[in-house]
Amino acid sequence: MVMGRTKAVRPKDEFVPTMPISLTLFILAGLPFVAALLIAVLADRGKAIHAGIAAGASALGLALALSLANQVLAGESVAVSAAWVPALGLDFSLMMDPLGLMFAGLILGIGLLVMIFAHYYLAQGEATGRFFASLMLFQGSMLGIVLSGNVLLLLVFWELTSLSSFLLIGFWRDKPEARQGARMALAITGGGGLVLIAGMILLGVVAGSFDLMTILQSADVVQASPLYPVILGLILIGCFTKSAQFPFHFWLPHAMAAPTPVSAYLHSATMVKAGVFLLARLWPVLAGTELYTVVVTSVGLFTMLFGAWVALFRHDLKAILAYSTISQLGLLVMLLGFSLEAAAIAAVLHILNHAAFKAALFMTAGIVDHEAGTRDIRHLGALAKVMPVTALVGTVAALAMAGIPPLGGFISKEMMLYEALNISLFGLPWLVPVVATIAATLSVGYSLRFAAHLFFGQPRDAEAHARAHDPGTGMLAAPLILMSIAVLLGLAPMLIAGTLVASVAGAVIGAPAPELDLSLWHGFNLALGMSALAVLVGAALLWRHAALLRSYAAMRHADAKALFERALTATDLAVRRLVVAVHAPSLQRMVFAVFTVIVLLVVEGASNGSGGFTGPRELQQAPPIAVVAWLLLVAATLAVLVEERQRFRALIYISVIGIVIALAFVRFSAPDLALTQISVEVVTILLLLLALNLLPKRPKLLSSPKRRWRDGVLSVLGGLGVGGAAWAMLTRNPNDPISAFHLDNSYSGGGGTNVVNVTLVDFRAFDTMGEIIVLGIAGLVIYALLDTTSRGAAGARLRSWQEDMPHSPESHPVMFVMSTRILLPLVLVAGIFIFLRGHNEPGGGFIAGLVVAIAFLLQYLASGFDWTDSRRRIGEHMLIGFGVLIAVFTGLGSLLFGANFLSTAFDYFTLPLVGELELATAMLFDLGVFSVVLGAVMLALAQLSHIAKRAARAHAAHEAELEDKES
Amino acid sequence: MITLEFLVASAIGVLVAGGIYLSLRGRTFQVVLGLTLFSYAVNLFLFASGRLVVNRAPIWSKTVTEYADPLPQALVLTAIVITFGMTALAVILMLRSFLETGSDQVDGVPCDDAEDEPS
Repeated sequence: MVMGRTKAVRPKDEFVPTMPISLTLFILAGLPFVAALLIAVLADRGKAIHAGIAAGASALGLALALSLANQVLAGESVAVSAAWVPALGLDFSLMMDPLGLMFAGLILGIGLLVMIFAHYYLAQGEATGRFFASLMLFQGSMLGIVLSGNVLLLLVFWELTSLSSFLLIGFWRDKPEARQGARMALAITGGGGLVLIAGMILLGVVAGSFDLMTILQSADVVQASPLYPVILGLILIGCFTKSAQFPFHFWLPHAMAAPTPVSAYLHSATMVKAGVFLLARLWPVLAGTELYTVVVTSVGLFTMLFGAWVALFRHDLKAILAYSTISQLGLLVMLLGFSLEAAAIAAVLHILNHAAFKAALFMTAGIVDHEAGTRDIRHLGALAKVMPVTALVGTVAALAMAGIPPLGGFISKEMMLYEALNISLFGLPWLVPVVATIAATLSVGYSLRFAAHLFFGQPRDAEAHARAHDPGTGMLAAPLILMSIAVLLGLAPMLIAGTLVASVAGAVIGAPAPELDLSLWHGFNLALGMSALAVLVGAALLWRHAALLRSYAAMRHADAKALFERALTATDLAVRRLVVAVHAPSLQRMVFAVFTVIVLLVVEGASNGSGGFTGPRELQQAPPIAVVAWLLLVAATLAVLVEERQRFRALIYISVIGIVIALAFVRFSAPDLALTQISVEVVTILLLLLALNLLPKRPKLLSSPKRRWRDGVLSVLGGLGVGGAAWAMLTRNPNDPISAFHLDNSYSGGGGTNVVNVTLVDFRAFDTMGEIIVLGIAGLVIYALLDTTSRGAAGARLRSWQEDMPHSPESHPVMFVMSTRILLPLVLVAGIFIFLRGHNEPGGGFIAGLVVAIAFLLQYLASGFDWTDSRRRIGEHMLIGFGVLIAVFTGLGSLLFGANFLSTAFDYFTLPLVGELELATAMLFDLGVFSVVLGAVMLALAQLSHIAKRAARAHAAHEAELEDKES
Repeated sequence: MITLEFLVASAIGVLVAGGIYLSLRGRTFQVVLGLTLFSYAVNLFLFASGRLVVNRAPIWSKTVTEYADPLPQALVLTAIVITFGMTALAVILMLRSFLETGSDQVDGVPCDDAEDEPS
């Protein structure tokens, strides 16, 4: 790990009692994940423990973030970097600038309040472990986004937020709307994330680095690049999907199926702000062009208007808040789109304001739902009488959202309207101010309606009204704190947020921010007039709300969810069609295509090659015995083809071919291969025999003569091509092979004289490790496929299966049983011998594993599955698992001694009586190989040997059960 | 003159031809047999890339200077074992699909599962 940049930045004489910055950042980023893991481990404990860990971790994180605040605000570099995948430009680099600090503070601070609120909100019986673990996972992902100093790392965390929010939105998984909402959110934000990946990678390629700071300084290069529009488009889609901008807004209202604390967290300070954060983060490099200004401003403007309009007519409290969130996010996006520095300041301030009042409002909605039993505003009213404190919080927060002085929302709205006057969109200087004022008016309307219809007027539903009361202090604490912040942001903005906003704005625009003056009163100006107009008309909207609602209801509205579902179904159908078109159900057709292509490739390669068909290598005269073996092989192959439907006979011919090949290996100086081939041959034939037992023995002929001719021609061409290639190769001398290295170093470096074995366990041990893992997986897949055959259609077919082969009257012939039992220890000794000599003489783990497997399989065959299985001590799964582990740990062991992965060590020891003995770590590795081979072979064959029997037994048990019931 | 090289190359060709033909048949068992033939051919081909050497096993000894090429042998050794894994998996898949559907056809044509009468 390379610790860069931050090491030793401080002068020596200065005594610093705090942790080094690098450590603080790492702990800060890791803490939520550790907490999530801890909660998940303690999932069966009580709610208080889960909430306690979550809140404690959030508080600790907040303290850590604040401990860095001084340095961050003073403009010091607070960053740490560790190489992760340097080849890709992916570093694990974290940094905290003022923007990151503000967001980290929001994520952790509001997170802390949400954890406390959630503790009181959730009932005791709920899966609080899962809830808080997901919430902390989400917190960690969000924190990762705002702290990432490398855009690739940022993308990792970005995807993590999509995944963890999926878990949170779908928390009540027994509710269909929760599942659908979660799926929709994942499809939109996760899909947007994929687009974002493309955009970020292009951005990094154009900027020449994935390091965030480098990217932020390469605005000139990026904006001059012909790829700029593409980069911008892709990144904006990522941001807009996450921040629910039109036309990707529709997932957000459906995400309201989540528990209210989740909504308060995701939709006030975090999830949806991630898009805004990224826009702000990349502002220096992307903003400022005509394209950026037009696209971002108009999307934000329209979203602001649209969200506010819809929010006015929703009845579910959370739906009102959802659409208001869409609208407020539109406002933020629009402000960033202005590409004006002052507008960026307004955006920063509004992020703070919105986080405070929106979290408070969601909690209010949660409390009302919790205490009154409904969230439908049409059934609520006059709650101020029965829940005064909640009413206070809700009303103040709603007024802040409406932008009424002296609350924080007023200042940011004023700044927004003021900046709107400076923007001319599509050449129309009045467009943005007018639309912004209309949107502000609608915002006043829905905010006032939220407060007025909920807390004042007459109770509309007596039952809800009678139930409702203020909750305990625990539940009220968080919203009260948030409300106080919303008030203070209006009364003393410079005091509590002045420095922060100035620094953050500086970080957003990548230069010192202009003079900052946050206050309620700026004198009379046009913005104030627009604001006043918005409040007046907004109040009028509330007054005439019933009439407006009627005309709204009379209009036709597109149902985004139905459209989404339809799009999903259509895509699904299209993909299915495509799959069916490409992936025909006929294996024959596909195999035919594959072989045709191979034949063409061989033809192409042969026609482009240099030199003649026959090379210059000196050839060797074949002895008569070789010709006989060749004739045997050709005859057996032809016999397989002719008798393909006489399946048992075909198997016998196949085994003849295998034996001829094993003999060829013997002849051509490959004793290891011969041993392997002969033992694999035995196992393969056994396997095919067992399988054939259950298959049709003499199936009808399927292919037409025409098809057989066609296939025959292709086969002959393929055979000529590959055989010809083999001929061309065999008649040439090898090109400078690397084999000499293996021969030279086998004894001196690997400690063994059997070069093939040393190659397997030392030179190319990594290959071997991969191969035993594949073999182990194959064994486990076979187990999985066979273990479930007793169910469903397969089980029914197995139960009705009749033995259709003539059987020996004696199922376990005594001679066979006795001889195999005597053979077992002998074969085991042979196996151990083969294993031990493998390093120096033909043998080794592969062969020994196969030989021992055959010895055990003989027991299964002779004495039956049950007899043998009941005497088996070690399961095949264990053999596979431990085999892989032994191999891996042997390899890792060499790391401890500073050698490369899988290096071998060996030495010679002298034992009394036995003599000199070599011990090599390669032998340990070979033991792993042995174990996996044994396990995989046994798993496949032993399972297969008794599925029919097991099914019959299950059938009998089932019958007996039925009889029991009848009697 | 019949050479060893010719015998091996032609054997590979015959095995490949048989493997292709069987792989193109319509029932799973034949396809598995075809795969088996094909893997024999592939293993033999890989092995032959070390050229054919008689009586010079790659067992190191101080007194010997000429060896068969050990590298293709090591590769083919694992290939043989992996071939077994693959064949076993194919066999089990074939068995399972037969048990699930009652058909051992892979030609995409509706099942025709009558057996020939034993001859």
